[in-house]
Amino acid sequence: MDFSYSEEQQMLQSSVSKFIAQDYDWDSRQKVVKSEAAFSADHWKLFADLGWLTVPFKEEDGGLGGSAVDLIVVMEEFGRGLLIEPFLANTVLAGTAISEAGSEDQKATLIGGVMDGSLQLALAYAETQSRYNLANVLTSAENQGDQLVINGHKSVVLNGDSADKLVVAVRTSGEQYDREGISLVLVDADAEGVKRKSYVTVDGQCAADVWFENVSVPASNVLGEAGAALDVLETVIDRASLAICAEAVGAMEVALHKTVEYTKIRKQFGVTISTFQALQHRMARMFMETQQAKSILIMAAMEMDRLDGKAPKALSAAKSRIGKAARLVGQESVQIHGGVAVTDELDVGHYFKRLTTIQFLFGSTDYHTERFASL
Amino acid sequence: MNIDFTTEELDFQAEVREFLQTEMPADIQNKVQNGLHLGKEDFVAWQKILHKKGWAGTNWPVEHGGTGWTSTQKYIWDNECAISKAPRVVPFGLKMVAPVIYTYGNEEQKKRFLPDILASNVWWCQGYSEPNAGSDLASLKTTAVREGDEYVVNGTKTWTTMGQYADWIFCLVRTGASDVKNQAAISFLLIDMKTPGITVSPIYLLDGSPEVNEVHFDNVRVPAENRIGEENMGWTYAKVLLTHERTNIAGVANSKIRLGELKDKASHTSNGGPMMSESPSWNQKIADVEIELLALEYTELRTLAAVSTGNAPGPESSILKIKGTEIQQTIDELNVELAGYYGLPFVPEQYDADYNDIMIGSGQDVSSNPRYFNNRKATIYGGSNEVQTNIISKAVLGL
Repeated sequence: MDFSYSEEQQMLQSSVSKFIAQDYDWDSRQKVVKSEAAFSADHWKLFADLGWLTVPFKEEDGGLGGSAVDLIVVMEEFGRGLLIEPFLANTVLAGTAISEAGSEDQKATLIGGVMDGSLQLALAYAETQSRYNLANVLTSAENQGDQLVINGHKSVVLNGDSADKLVVAVRTSGEQYDREGISLVLVDADAEGVKRKSYVTVDGQCAADVWFENVSVPASNVLGEAGAALDVLETVIDRASLAICAEAVGAMEVALHKTVEYTKIRKQFGVTISTFQALQHRMARMFMETQQAKSILIMAAMEMDRLDGKAPKALSAAKSRIGKAARLVGQESVQIHGGVAVTDELDVGHYFKRLTTIQFLFGSTDYHTERFASL
Repeated sequence: MNIDFTTEELDFQAEVREFLQTEMPADIQNKVQNGLHLGKEDFVAWQKILHKKGWAGTNWPVEHGGTGWTSTQKYIWDNECAISKAPRVVPFGLKMVAPVIYTYGNEEQKKRFLPDILASNVWWCQGYSEPNAGSDLASLKTTAVREGDEYVVNGTKTWTTMGQYADWIFCLVRTGASDVKNQAAISFLLIDMKTPGITVSPIYLLDGSPEVNEVHFDNVRVPAENRIGEENMGWTYAKVLLTHERTNIAGVANSKIRLGELKDKASHTSNGGPMMSESPSWNQKIADVEIELLALEYTELRTLAAVSTGNAPGPESSILKIKGTEIQQTIDELNVELAGYYGLPFVPEQYDADYNDIMIGSGQDVSSNPRYFNNRKATIYGGSNEVQTNIISKAVLGL
């Protein structure tokens, strides 16, 4: 039994953690969050130069190997810094979709661009009525000669504002809830008939709602086999869920650390509040939650790398358990800090925000508890 | 045992309903109903309507222009206001400083301040907390040094809600030597916000709103006649009134309405196929909070009954604060859960009354997270829930 990272993983971790510690300080992050730019283009170029954007991809696609453990190494560090750059949306979500579904040609042209940092992608899958059911797709794509004509509305497309191209889940056949008949189609974000309403998200990232009105694309823009994309979509969302689970663990570690340190300096009633046993026990509880979260994250990542088909159940276990931990650690870090953590100025509240959005992204805690039970 | 309303109380309820139906401006009600932003002018307009009816001072004695309502009448009033989506009454003037003035102020002060508070001509804010005096409020450091017939005030007050609108601030300040027992060196001072030396700087909260402020006092000269009651007795005044004010903090009526809206919304929100209201795990959570709220409603009624027979609400009222805020936050959280992906977008401008671009999400989905983030304050303010728990441990259980 060995829970230690390989030498390569240790190097990857130290490279990301050095960046977060030295170049991703809170003030610089907030400057970007409050600017017009969705994220720092300089950082993105740096990520490409350092090879981080190759992490989710297989060796045959030119990537680092695409192991789940590699992915959590990077994401945990990103979580520590509350990274706003669209690594999750572009590289993990859309990138994995292309890697899993794309033809050799499609992979060759697109994945290279993702890895060298020149191409921004977004995966548009959720709809207003779909909630977490990936099969619930109403956006339609009809064959007209050698073209596909797309109509519909996609909700909360992460990185949808910055994306050059959208990977869109569409229904090419069947009915609203059918597992069959869903395809992934590549659409230029500025194609005629594509309307985007961009916005920031409550955790400082960027997204868009996207409407398609008679958007015509070549039928060859379908990734892989038409009508058979649901399995791919499930794999992609599971992979992205693992990524945010790791992000949550990193964010919880920081929120806990900051809370413990704050109680050692905050004085009320003539003593530091760290001396109150009521608070000591609550921080001990936060620590236990963080440890349980880290354990189940590692379990799920190792299960995913085993490729024996048990990954979905393991992932749902992790997402459910980490969702509970993220809730407790996020809420308690704010409560123990007191009023100062409800302000925009202090970083702790922002860790709480991201820990909140992670609970509901790609399936809520309840959703994954039920999915775990059903698999 | 009987919790039915008397005939008089039922008549009163009908009168309240009639008043709310006919007198509440449609635009204000629409804002509350749809979670749109309310401005200072909305609050003032509504409070002036209440004043015209003679219902601005719901907890004031009749002799000062209040309603003189019984606690049951106040309970009916709060319930009906929640049901009919009336805006909340800004508490700082009408509910916080006014009782201190009419209970401990002199005749001159009553004449000078009370009519304008009742008529909402003057906007008040609260100067209690300081950056280093939160839960331990008595450790406050803002000083007021007597020079002739003036006090010279120096220090910083924080969490001053809507202080940017305020004409006056009521403050707890340190007038005694700092080696005196903390509470026995504090006075209650009323300060005109236009006095030279006062600066107000906004504090942005997690929902991006500049709801609270820091108020800085730099050699601010305040006439000694603006002190309420005796010098160094301010702590006692503030504390007595805080205990009396703790009943409505439970927010039962408002939580009931919000819970009803949540259930309604769940019945037409897709859970990927079936509606959320068909999900057992969702319904379990809704039932849990509904049951807790029922218990709290009766805890509140028992407190009201005790008050109406002449007993001041005791430290037991800390239960109302703790359970009430926990329930509010649970409802906040369930709203976030129901919003699903639409909890993510941050588009506060779409809740401005004059917004006319595309709406993202449906209804108030997109404000669920900002509201949840913002309202984490509820278990922190008004004596944090940890402090309330200490009160129960010490004052009720004698530990």
